[in-house]
Amino acid sequence: MGNEELILKLKEVFPEMDCVQGNDWPELSFGSDRLIDVITYLKQTPELAFDYLFCETCVDWKTHFNMVYHLDSTRYRHNVVLKVKTDREKPEIASLAHVYRTAEQHEREIFDLFGIVFLGHPNLKRIMLTEEWVGYPLRKDYEDPINIIKL
Amino acid sequence: MDVKVTPPSAPFPGSVQEIPGGGIVLSTLDDVINWARSNSLWPLVFGTSCCAIEMMSAASAKYDFSRFGFEVARATPRQADVIIIAGTIVNKMAPVLKRLFDQMPDPKYVIAMGACATSGGPFFYNTYSVVKGADHVIPVDVYVAGCPPRPEALLHALITLQEKIKSGLTRDQIRTQFAENGK
Repeated sequence: MGNEELILKLKEVFPEMDCVQGNDWPELSFGSDRLIDVITYLKQTPELAFDYLFCETCVDWKTHFNMVYHLDSTRYRHNVVLKVKTDREKPEIASLAHVYRTAEQHEREIFDLFGIVFLGHPNLKRIMLTEEWVGYPLRKDYEDPINIIKL
Repeated sequence: MDVKVTPPSAPFPGSVQEIPGGGIVLSTLDDVINWARSNSLWPLVFGTSCCAIEMMSAASAKYDFSRFGFEVARATPRQADVIIIAGTIVNKMAPVLKRLFDQMPDPKYVIAMGACATSGGPFFYNTYSVVKGADHVIPVDVYVAGCPPRPEALLHALITLQEKIKSGLTRDQIRTQFAENGK
């Protein structure tokens, strides 16, 4: 399916969501409560068949976090980007580890560096930093007077 | 600190005393040992980021640092003479680097290759994880500028290290001399 066709399809299925053409792929934005619905639909609909989560990351916008999911269909080779707004005070979102196995490692890294709690994750603990590390270094308000020299 | 540059016409330290039927080489033992050591330096396989790619390039056929005696890169610190710190050293890597350095047999030499190993380079500001210069962890003999340095720059650093060893002015040699003579 081409990008235009994909946008039309997504607008038809999720009319209340914002769907625009990004730099490369269609981008669908919505709130964190709809994540599992959308993912389940995208993965299980036969003509979409988004069976590969090739990137999962997070952006700190200071007012909120945006979780970003890049999905690929290995059958049709089309892609879609999901942008999910998350609360900054209580950063919680459903884990995709049970839908895409690769999310398990991605989500541990995001938890490590951004401190987002993934509900239902099988093994949510720090992956690269030490266990006793305090804080989440990729947050915009992270302070570390010992290691960080500010410019 | 003056590093004397050996002219190519004098490859062996000392002088030859011509006598009928041949000659006698006059030299000091220290000079001969340093000469021998400087021409057989085995580097440790150690690369933490993109500088390692340049180091591999310097090791391969086009630049070929084995021409200068950096013959075989050793995969174990116990057989290596020189460690080329090729890349960023992060806080988690620092204890590993220290341990590798401690496992190398004396005499040992260190080259800090590139901006990251010299000072933290592009990661000096606003980073929580990078050591601002490998010399916070182990003593460095030769620093190479560049991000990453070209293979020619690394070759120059290796030759500089050889000259330093021949002059007896590496940190290791100065420390040994101080321990023996107190000066």
